[in-house]
Amino acid sequence: MPSFLNLRIGFFLAKRQIKRSNPWTTTLIIFVLFFTFLNLVVVSGILIGLIQGAVDAVKLHYMSDIIISNLSDKTYIENSPEVIGIIKSLPQVDALTARYLQGGTVEANYKTKIKDTDKSDVANASVAGIDPVAEDNVTNLSKFVVEGKYLEPGDYDQVLLGAYLDKKYMPVDSPGFSTLSNVFAGSKIRLKVGNVTREVTIKGIVKAKVDEVSMRIYMPDAQFRSMIGRSDYNVSEISIKLKPGANPDLVRDILKADGVDKVAKVQTFNEGEPKFVKDMQNTFALLGNILSSIGLVVASITIFIVIFINAITRRKFIGILKGIGISEQAIEISYVLQSFFYAFCGSVVGLMVLYAFLQPAIAAHPIDFPFSDGILVAPIGGTMLRIGLLMVTTIIAGFIPARLVVRKNTLDSILGRN
Amino acid sequence: MIEVRNLKKSFKDGENITEVLKGINFIAKSGEFVAIMGRSGAGKSTLLYQMSLLDEPTSGNVIIDEKDMTTLSISKRTEYRLSDLGYVFQDYALLPEMTALENVALPLLMQGLKEKKAYKEATEALIKVGLEKRLNNLPSKLSGGEQQRVSIARAIAHKPKILFADEPTANLDNESSKTILEIFKELHSGGQTIIMVTHEVEYSKFAERVIHLDDGKISSIDTR
Repeated sequence: MPSFLNLRIGFFLAKRQIKRSNPWTTTLIIFVLFFTFLNLVVVSGILIGLIQGAVDAVKLHYMSDIIISNLSDKTYIENSPEVIGIIKSLPQVDALTARYLQGGTVEANYKTKIKDTDKSDVANASVAGIDPVAEDNVTNLSKFVVEGKYLEPGDYDQVLLGAYLDKKYMPVDSPGFSTLSNVFAGSKIRLKVGNVTREVTIKGIVKAKVDEVSMRIYMPDAQFRSMIGRSDYNVSEISIKLKPGANPDLVRDILKADGVDKVAKVQTFNEGEPKFVKDMQNTFALLGNILSSIGLVVASITIFIVIFINAITRRKFIGILKGIGISEQAIEISYVLQSFFYAFCGSVVGLMVLYAFLQPAIAAHPIDFPFSDGILVAPIGGTMLRIGLLMVTTIIAGFIPARLVVRKNTLDSILGRN
Repeated sequence: MIEVRNLKKSFKDGENITEVLKGINFIAKSGEFVAIMGRSGAGKSTLLYQMSLLDEPTSGNVIIDEKDMTTLSISKRTEYRLSDLGYVFQDYALLPEMTALENVALPLLMQGLKEKKAYKEATEALIKVGLEKRLNNLPSKLSGGEQQRVSIARAIAHKPKILFADEPTANLDNESSKTILEIFKELHSGGQTIIMVTHEVEYSKFAERVIHLDDGKISSIDTR
């Protein structure tokens, strides 16, 4: 255990070495530690943020805070109007959107087909009947219109086409998945749901990095009800957006207590998240930790080299210190304190850059990954833990080379003998 | 009092063993000024390193005030150097990142003195060597003679029992060398035990006794 005297002398030595060292060298070392910090926090943060961005998008633009869906033995939620009434009566609820869902097909380019034997341009799709205003209030669907215009409640025989059903946005040709060719806003397509076929116009094309949004066809609910013959107003899915600060678990429990779970599945976003997404989150978190561990090793090697070079070039002076009676422990402490100083400064600069610039900047302008808008996930607790690990690693990496040099024979060090 | 008994030191280089000190015996009394002289390679500095506990002899004993120093552990020797010995290096050996005052105060702080007291005593030591106007200068801003005076101040600030000096004037011009020797003379007149290695006959005249080394042995001792 270091004595107070050795700590005091170690501090005295470290302070003067740092104070009177070349400022460019000090800046460079801090710069290296700053990048090491970023490597520790940001790389893993972006890796996790890549999935988190996708998860957040599913929440914001599809599921919202709570999702109520049909029971597995039904295709709709019984007594939906009553359920919607219960939901609307809750003070925590900000908005909701109810969706009628049914599988169907869409066919394009049927007018240019020459013979009946020619292959039809058909794609399978999930068709959603929505209240365009309510849907937009909850999921901001209108934001994702990349061609044409968003739906209005009174639109007749008009649909929004998910971009993944359009070949120009999803150039995939596989046996289990087909897309429509040469379709644009304004194109006519045939929509078939059950036994009913209607010719509709594509009012707009929606493209989001959420599969459920980009693979659906949307049409105003009134028309869709008439198409599928649903006069009971029973919907298949209700997404509920809560007011800021409201607890989704509490609202779920209230809904269950009101008997909604007898006719539908009531899930918070976290519960409704598919298992593979959770697995991916865990996998990316693990990858992030592996990268962080590599970052820590890099940090420790960096500090080791910096301190080793510092100590070895100052070997003569270390010998002199020992020669005039300064204890080995005090000299070692001085190097440990220097390592700590570099890691501390690098971390402080890193923290400022991370929370004052990088995180807000990436949140405002997410990284455009193919399947998600990546954000930077850097919770303060995790960051502090990583800083703690960086400090411990740095102290060890600073101590070892200092110890190696300090233990050398005093006279050999003074005279520069090997 | 420091006594050297049958002191031997040899260095191994592969198969070759070089015997540098071949059984040195002598006693320096408290308050005495002893000069050690000899040709280059005679073993002067090696003898001083053993006596000042900077190195361990191959055999023999260094006894200071009836205590055998060769039995002490490395850390105990370091502690003893700190409290009871002073050492003036040939090349000054100042710490470049510390001012003259800090260089002198450091061993005092290591002895546990409060900062204020350590700086006060360090200032007094620097005044004694005539550097009262250079307290806050870094070594790089001092001349060779001034650096050596800082080195002396550092060696005497804690009032050591014995002051060792290894060719303290080797890197200095005549004028600076004389200043250093005058300081030694003054310290000696105040009762300081000094053991100094030199190859300059002129400077050895400041000592009461001159021990001549030749090929690792004492060839003669002159008493003035």
